[in-house]
Amino acid sequence: MLDTLTGIVGGSPEMLALFVGFGLVVGLLFGFFGMGGSFLVTPALLMLDYPASVAVGSGMAFVFGTAVIATLKHHDLGQVDYKLGVIMIAGTTVGIEAGRASVFYLEDLGLADGIISVVYVFLLGGIGLMITREALNGDDDGGIDHGAVDTDLSEYEIPEVAKRIQETVRIPPMVTLRGDVRVSAWVITAVAFSTGLLSGFLGVGGGFIRMPAMIYAIGVPTPVAVGTDLFEIVFSGGIGSYLYGQSGGVDLSIVAPLLFGSALGARIGSAATAIVDSDDIKIYFGGMLLAGSVAVGIGEIGTYLGSVLLETIGLFLVIGAAVVVAGAIVFTTLRSLRATRRQTTVTAD
Amino acid sequence: MPGLEIPTWDPETALLIGTILLEAVILYVGYGVLERLVGPHLMEFLVGGGSNA
Repeated sequence: MLDTLTGIVGGSPEMLALFVGFGLVVGLLFGFFGMGGSFLVTPALLMLDYPASVAVGSGMAFVFGTAVIATLKHHDLGQVDYKLGVIMIAGTTVGIEAGRASVFYLEDLGLADGIISVVYVFLLGGIGLMITREALNGDDDGGIDHGAVDTDLSEYEIPEVAKRIQETVRIPPMVTLRGDVRVSAWVITAVAFSTGLLSGFLGVGGGFIRMPAMIYAIGVPTPVAVGTDLFEIVFSGGIGSYLYGQSGGVDLSIVAPLLFGSALGARIGSAATAIVDSDDIKIYFGGMLLAGSVAVGIGEIGTYLGSVLLETIGLFLVIGAAVVVAGAIVFTTLRSLRATRRQTTVTAD
Repeated sequence: MPGLEIPTWDPETALLIGTILLEAVILYVGYGVLERLVGPHLMEFLVGGGSNA
């Protein structure tokens, strides 16, 4: 049975278990934070010595599958602006193609692995620093605020930056979005292209950049940004995966077990959001991103120096950081549930 | 734009992406059913029941 299964996915039982387990961890982070877990996959695959196009293509196909699962859930909550989604899809498609073409161009030059890893180091490190700083300062802007998602759209206040952009850039055609937001279609297209470019280049859904961009540059309410982003990732991830798949960049033996684990992890993560305040764990999330950036950096130095030990340390740091944060979520959730249970029992007595 | 490529129809790739889509939908439905069947027992085991997770 196990031989048949590993035969289908084309790997060893150890690799199958590793991918399912890593998928579970990534899904848990995605389900809990609403973003962020997926961009750990591509660096991990790069460190496992997969070619850049396979690491990016399979990472994108994994993001596509995870987004399908998450969108099915958010569709029922009515948190999708389809008009915004369609414009975003158009801009993102062109951006992804430009990013994908860049990867293959750099691969021809023999520079793809190095440059993608360097961009990851700065991106993960930068966002990790930002979120950690905000968590330490007690701000609410990093990650997804679960409380904000539950707020009524009419009560939502547009950020000052978004107001300024809406008042300054008034190039027609103007578009009215959910929550009575009126913005130039060109602003939406620019945001879509930029995030699509990164998405295609790094093989990520782009949600961790697009979500803040939709909130702060376009000015849509947080719940709509979450739902529309997921709807858009289904299309952008699907198109990106298709393009990489045509070039042989999507490996089902990687994607299938990752998705098997992430679908379960996403359910656990989503359920945990109803119990645990994300602010409690945000500092771990920022720390995980920082550890991820250090790990990719160490792995790259190891590759440059031909040191297998450094490459292995890098791989364990990436996976270890994600496992620690996922474990913290499960531990905090169970502790909260047990505390609630004890309180209920005492009250009943 | 230089290097811009228009996606062309490729049945093999479409089947590959379709397989991933199908797996995602099956997993969503399958884990949903599993959650309803096993969830309460699992929570009973982990926290002693009475939770809404």
